[in-house]
Amino acid sequence: MALNLYDCEIESRFLLGTARYPSPTILKSAIKAAGVEVVTVSLRRESLGLSGEAKATGQNFWSLISQSGARILPNTAGCHSVKEAVTTAQMAREVMGTNWIKLEVISDDVALNPDVFGLVDAARILIEEGFNVFPYTTADLGVGERLVRAGCKVLMPWAAPIGSGQGLSDRNALQAYRQHFASVPLIIDAGIGRPSQASEAMEMGFDAVLLNSAVSRAGDPVLMAQAFAQAIEAGHAAYKACPIEPYQGAMPSSPLMGRADLS
Amino acid sequence: MSMIHVNGEPHHLVPSLALLLEELGLGNAAVATALNGYFVPANERHDALLKGGDQIEVLSPMQGG
Repeated sequence: MALNLYDCEIESRFLLGTARYPSPTILKSAIKAAGVEVVTVSLRRESLGLSGEAKATGQNFWSLISQSGARILPNTAGCHSVKEAVTTAQMAREVMGTNWIKLEVISDDVALNPDVFGLVDAARILIEEGFNVFPYTTADLGVGERLVRAGCKVLMPWAAPIGSGQGLSDRNALQAYRQHFASVPLIIDAGIGRPSQASEAMEMGFDAVLLNSAVSRAGDPVLMAQAFAQAIEAGHAAYKACPIEPYQGAMPSSPLMGRADLS
Repeated sequence: MSMIHVNGEPHHLVPSLALLLEELGLGNAAVATALNGYFVPANERHDALLKGGDQIEVLSPMQGG
């Protein structure tokens, strides 16, 4: 069954960031090879060529991403205040032609933790302005509740700090998050380093995984993108198939009845 | 001579935001603009008159996670 994000049906549960690839060609190949349907894009200063640098490099990137056919999820990466995030979202909506916004309000430049207070305030403002907000947040249930009350129909709790590759750093909190927001699409965003970690998140019942560095910084980004796509699909299938619970001890899988007496 | 700042770099004063973009060769480019920290939609750039000391941001889609 397709994933429904703000009334948009998405087949692939693997959302991919577009930063830090060795080349634009490799980024394009990774998107295609993994069957990714949603990519994140930031908004940055266009190069004006006033100091002799290459001019209008953003236009080339935008052309490449537009040709990929992927749906664009603009972000507010690097914003430290509600005003910065709201203004960035307004600008992104115009230039990228979408109401979707991955809302990031960052509390500090070292740990890149979400500023959850600013996040809720910014979400409230943007939803009133007609945005479909994808909030990058922690696994705090209270913050999630406030985001839902503000009108967020998708939540994106982190697995671990951005770019850390640590995987699911607090499984209990994420499990509780999944159970609490049973009917809200939940996307694990940030901190995933390996396909097995993404698969584990999907086995826990999360609806999708969004990552960037684990693919773009891998030795072979295209192959790694494929590996993540397969792991995410496998994890989701396993969740739907209802895995067995761990059992303390052994349980024979071959029937005991009908054993031969060969003693 | 009055100066403005465009993406943090000094630039001579141009009458409006729309004219500035044309001068920069970005009149039809996929960019979004802000004047002194506030978003200026594309259809309001002609009316966005500039004065010395203004801070202009010209942003475009870029690689992001």
